[in-house]
Amino acid sequence: MSIFLDKNSKVIVQGITGGEGSYHTGRMLDYGTNIVGGVTPGKGGQKSAHGLPVFNTVKEAVDATGATHTCIFVPPPFAADALFEAHAAGITFAVCITEGVPVHDVLKVVAATPGMRIIGPNCPGLISPGKSSIGIMPGHVFKEGNVGVISRSGTLTYEVVDLLTRAGFGQSTAVGIGGDPIIGTTFVDCLREFKNDPQTEALVICGEIGGSDEEDAAAFIKQHMRSVPIVAFIGGRNAPPGKSLGHAGAIISGKFGTPQSKVDAFKAAGVPVADRPSQIPGLLAQRMPASV
Amino acid sequence: MNLMEYQGKELFRRAGIPVPRSQHVTTPDEAAKFVGANPGNWVVKAQVLMGGRGKAGKIQFAKTADEARAKATDIMSSPMPPNRQNPHGEPINSLLIEETLPVAKEAYAAIAIDRTTKKPVIMVSAFGGMDIEEVADKHPESIAKAFVDVAGGYWPFIGRELAFNANLDKGYHKALPSVLAGLYELFFRYGAKLVEINPLVLTEDGRVIAADAKVELDDDALYKNPEFKEWQTTLPLDEDETLATKAGLGIRNFRRFDGTVGTMANGAGLAMGTMDAVKNAGGMFANFLDVGGGADAERVRNCYELVMNNTNAKSFFINIFGGITRCDEVAKGIVEALRTTTSRKVPLVIRLTGTNEEQGRRILADAGMTPVETMDEGAAQAVKLANA
Repeated sequence: MSIFLDKNSKVIVQGITGGEGSYHTGRMLDYGTNIVGGVTPGKGGQKSAHGLPVFNTVKEAVDATGATHTCIFVPPPFAADALFEAHAAGITFAVCITEGVPVHDVLKVVAATPGMRIIGPNCPGLISPGKSSIGIMPGHVFKEGNVGVISRSGTLTYEVVDLLTRAGFGQSTAVGIGGDPIIGTTFVDCLREFKNDPQTEALVICGEIGGSDEEDAAAFIKQHMRSVPIVAFIGGRNAPPGKSLGHAGAIISGKFGTPQSKVDAFKAAGVPVADRPSQIPGLLAQRMPASV
Repeated sequence: MNLMEYQGKELFRRAGIPVPRSQHVTTPDEAAKFVGANPGNWVVKAQVLMGGRGKAGKIQFAKTADEARAKATDIMSSPMPPNRQNPHGEPINSLLIEETLPVAKEAYAAIAIDRTTKKPVIMVSAFGGMDIEEVADKHPESIAKAFVDVAGGYWPFIGRELAFNANLDKGYHKALPSVLAGLYELFFRYGAKLVEINPLVLTEDGRVIAADAKVELDDDALYKNPEFKEWQTTLPLDEDETLATKAGLGIRNFRRFDGTVGTMANGAGLAMGTMDAVKNAGGMFANFLDVGGGADAERVRNCYELVMNNTNAKSFFINIFGGITRCDEVAKGIVEALRTTTSRKVPLVIRLTGTNEEQGRRILADAGMTPVETMDEGAAQAVKLANA
């Protein structure tokens, strides 16, 4: 098992003929993702560079292929439209890679797409190692195993996963939830899923300054997941208040979103917080054996 | 993008939120001319994005044309002094001349985006005219909140409830629902991240008027309102944002600090992690720099110069974990930068792993450079070199 995504998940790519969409479709296919087609309005009936069928609408793609998952690579002004179209066509799982989607568009999407799980926007996607990958994560650093990973960042996730893999901790599913203020799926949403996943025996949470997603996660863990080995890390501990560094969501305003409040919350939930990524495997090893 | 008071009030006016009678001017002569033609009690307010105008003497009162000229000249004679949040201060390029209100009460009203509920949150407090963070600290119970269902939108009952829950003076009760309706409309119409009225004044003659306006627009939504382009050019990007833009980066991708270890990484998370690593190694970073995803040699070269020309870096730690970004492109950029740059040079420490790592290492080796293996090792070395 794994969460959200496995070998059989049928995936389409919205924006499959664009530069980014086409390149990453190739990489996902190489990884083994079951991509069944793509959507580019006006190019229906053609084949993508990878020989996959291209459809004009998501509805046509779903009707023809039975796809349940979509990966969205469209420019920011069209991202909300793409998500609403996916929802209307019956897609139940959408990953939105696009960075720079207006926050009000995202507010409207999350309010009105019941039944569709959205990862992102502004995220690297997710990967269930050895099975399937949706998004832009570099597959070669991952290894199948029993540690679930949740992160707000992309490259920092690769850093952490690389350290885990080298230390003998494989991963069940790694989810990059995205760096924007409003995202479809939060840490807590992921925790609920991991809690019920038999493959996942431990978790690593890579948080970041800004917002209160980490505090919410800590509260959930305290109540529901005390027995699960979990290690956390908070990025951006040395960032100044009032300025977002790179991620729109990574901003400390007043007392909100400070690293200390996140560290305190995790510690209160019995979750050790690594001072640096390289300490994560060691902290995990204190709570469970690696499966080298 | 933050708006200045006069711009925010222009949007308030369009949304039907009552604002004081006012005139926006750019010179003391214009100020004098306006007050001369409109006798009365006027307040002259510096138009800047920074807070703390009153304390800095940048809000003054005038009744006559001569007074208006003198006060305007005084206000514009020096920039806003630096404070904790804005260490560079801010130039004053224009003024708002506004009618003085007979204030009876001051309240607070705002709409922001709540990350946890993923909804707009309307906040109202009877403690107006002071910093809302101070209110949240000292009188948290005084802030009444309503989380608005986006599909249903705003309805007047929400404003009525807030007025009661926040214990506002009775004089506000009738006006608040419509003021908030305007605020909510503005919030969605222009894609704002924050709209704030502080203070929302109740006058002695019973009027409810927005005496100040704070509006933060979503940069990602500016394309929907091209009219704001003009305002954008009048708004000061800070120096770091200007430098980032010139180097072809997003405005959030570069920020300077006081330290001596220059940093560059791909991805915001790793770039912040790199700063943390430098600090953990006992050093201080000179900057934050996210070179972005899929950076090519050209961008890497620009970023090298950006750091060299604008910081006090004595060493430079380049930390790349290749995902979309290819290590060979980064290596090419570094070699190219060192070959062609006219900027100063400092000791480089390079960590390069991920996509096309082998090719990248070969390119560096051919140029006589050996990357370090881990982020911690790189940070430690860079700190040592900066202190040497």
